[in-house]
Amino acid sequence: MEVSQGMVEPFVTTKLDKIIGWGRKYSIFSYPFVTACCGMEYMSAACSRYDMDRFGAGLPRFSPRQSDVLLVVGTINQKMAPVLRQVYDQMCEPRWVVAFGACTVSGGPYNNYAVVQGIDQVVPVDIYIPGCPPHPETVLDGLIKLQAKIQHQKHEV
Amino acid sequence: MKKAVRGHAPDADALKERDQDLLQLLQSLLGDEIQSHRHGMDMLELVIRPESASSVSRLLRDSEGLEFDYLMDQTAVDWLGRREIRFEVVYHFYSTKHNRYLRCLAPVPESRPEVSSLYELYKAADWYEREIHEMYGIRFAGHHDMRKLLMYDGFKGYPLRKDYSMKGRQPLIGPGSRQES
Amino acid sequence: MSHDTLTPAEDLRVPSQGGEHKAMTLNVGPSHPTTHGIVRLLMQVEGEEIIDCDLEIGYLHRGFEKMCENHPWNQCVVYVDRLNYVSPIINDVGYHGAVERLLGVEVPERGQWVRMLVSELMRVCDHQTCLGATCMELGAMTAFLYLIKGREILWEILERLCGARVTTSYSRIGGLTDDLYPDFEAQVRQAIADCRDINAQVDKLMTGNRIFIDRTKGIGILDRATSISYGFTGPMARAAGIQVDVRHTTPYLVYDKVDFEIPQCSNGDCYDRYLVRFFEMEQSLRIIEQCFEKMPKSGPVSVEDYTITPPPKERVYSRIEELMAHFKHYMWGHMIAPPAGSVYHAVEGGNGELGFYLVSTGEERPWKVRCRPPCFGITQAMRDMVVGHTLADVVPIFGSINMIGGELDR
Repeated sequence: MEVSQGMVEPFVTTKLDKIIGWGRKYSIFSYPFVTACCGMEYMSAACSRYDMDRFGAGLPRFSPRQSDVLLVVGTINQKMAPVLRQVYDQMCEPRWVVAFGACTVSGGPYNNYAVVQGIDQVVPVDIYIPGCPPHPETVLDGLIKLQAKIQHQKHEV
Repeated sequence: MKKAVRGHAPDADALKERDQDLLQLLQSLLGDEIQSHRHGMDMLELVIRPESASSVSRLLRDSEGLEFDYLMDQTAVDWLGRREIRFEVVYHFYSTKHNRYLRCLAPVPESRPEVSSLYELYKAADWYEREIHEMYGIRFAGHHDMRKLLMYDGFKGYPLRKDYSMKGRQPLIGPGSRQES
Repeated sequence: MSHDTLTPAEDLRVPSQGGEHKAMTLNVGPSHPTTHGIVRLLMQVEGEEIIDCDLEIGYLHRGFEKMCENHPWNQCVVYVDRLNYVSPIINDVGYHGAVERLLGVEVPERGQWVRMLVSELMRVCDHQTCLGATCMELGAMTAFLYLIKGREILWEILERLCGARVTTSYSRIGGLTDDLYPDFEAQVRQAIADCRDINAQVDKLMTGNRIFIDRTKGIGILDRATSISYGFTGPMARAAGIQVDVRHTTPYLVYDKVDFEIPQCSNGDCYDRYLVRFFEMEQSLRIIEQCFEKMPKSGPVSVEDYTITPPPKERVYSRIEELMAHFKHYMWGHMIAPPAGSVYHAVEGGNGELGFYLVSTGEERPWKVRCRPPCFGITQAMRDMVVGHTLADVVPIFGSINMIGGELDR
């Protein structure tokens, strides 16, 4: 973006994609799909000490139709997988999915009969945040990476 | 390198001493229902017959001097390849009045995996028995509702049996599963 | 949201209604903001009133027992940690206490004191999280933020102590991973003061708050006999007037050497559960303070037998005997194998009696690791607690039972 000076009124030149991306990345409404231990660190990341709100992702929306980032926080087992898929299907485009914690990334320490080995078997994932559970700073790092992804992608209008 | 002192917990003998009167009381009340007994390192253990689990528990709960009002825990063990009788249902009772625990073991053969239900006596037994049923395939006679508790409806087999493989994942169910897409 | 892929409503156990009644099936969960934890409530409602309720759990079943049966005794700690993830160290202490009983080993005195100290820190964390979440769901966001701030202070200490904030793995078979760090006492004393401050603030905000009292008093009452039948332990039982606390009835570690009270209430409603948890935090802080006065100032925290605890790393790298001992801890065929037998060992968890029933066949893997989850019976009693109340009352009731998915579904 460039701000042009010297005219009667200063104005901004940019590409449509860039300005939409800029708008979207700072107005993330997340759907916290909290299941397990990672929920504790999600709480910490969202509360006052680490404060996700500083990055424009402060307001969780508990209806999938109002949210645009699906935060999958915690182990997803075979029984939960259809629910996750259904929540994902109910979200409007554009939507992004964050796999929060080792269990959602790869099944984590649970390689057994009950647990889905990574949620990418069920829904497409944009950002993987490793850690068991990830430190809130790791979460914020993941969030910033998601914002960069949103900024640089092509936005359908 | 120092060697740690290994052996029984220091209070094991005291526990045995304390449980003597309990054992006598149990023997007089239950009689033949007790197939055998053992002083475990933590509490007294009784072996009972699976079909009399509920009548024994009723006596344990209601008899004066016993008053085991809590069913603390109920679970099962699969002794595949180790013992002749494959399963064993384990009950832990606790009495708030006398502050003591009691363990009852009911060996259950694979050919007829059925135990009488404690559902009428202890409400806690409802879910415990549903869980044991889906994990080990042991039926509970007299239980009103043997639906699956922790697993989902399409799941086949009994995952906590020793012959069920740890990584025995079954195909995903519902939307998004591979069969559908 | 509708879940047409899951159990259809007709399958539910609901009393058949006459033609005049307009009972409606309402599905809450498994992913729903009022259920901090994943559980699915299927309610039959008539207007605002709940006439029947069925619970479906298992959305966090992770095969805890199967994993433990396939891992060596000293590696199960990873899975034990993740049972009750709000107070992981209490789980560790419980599991390792049971294994040590099987082995017939006693932890050195200082180790026992440290275990007790960190257990009580975790209890404060647990109650702070539970109360915070309950308050938030009833609209008191400020109390939630304050209590989470308190938890954050304690987690910072944990992070310095064992490197992790949530999944700590602090205790080991035969002792602890490491001793306390040098200025632990000063930092914890500061944290205690901070927590007392926060608790006082929350007390002012909530305990006498008219809205809070109206929403919790007389809600979700379960009488003494039914509570016992469901196997209630912990704060839920103590709010219903049952005097059970493993720390008093069968003292483990060194709980018999400290002085603390066990808060008791008698109504068994959500407000009493709040009060019990609230006063328990203060008692836990008192225990921690006594630990600093009474515990041995130095000495080993772990058994110094390298067949039970791994030797310290600096010795592993410089001496052959310790190097061998180290390898033996981590190589199949040489690991710890408690003698055959079974043991039930209970500790007082955040939610009540957390029991571990271990069966050993004398091999390197446990034959069976059973955890008695305290909130299993409590969650089961949810039906009895909500029927007859209105829909809005589900929120405080569910908050007060403090359901933890990890230990409920295992």
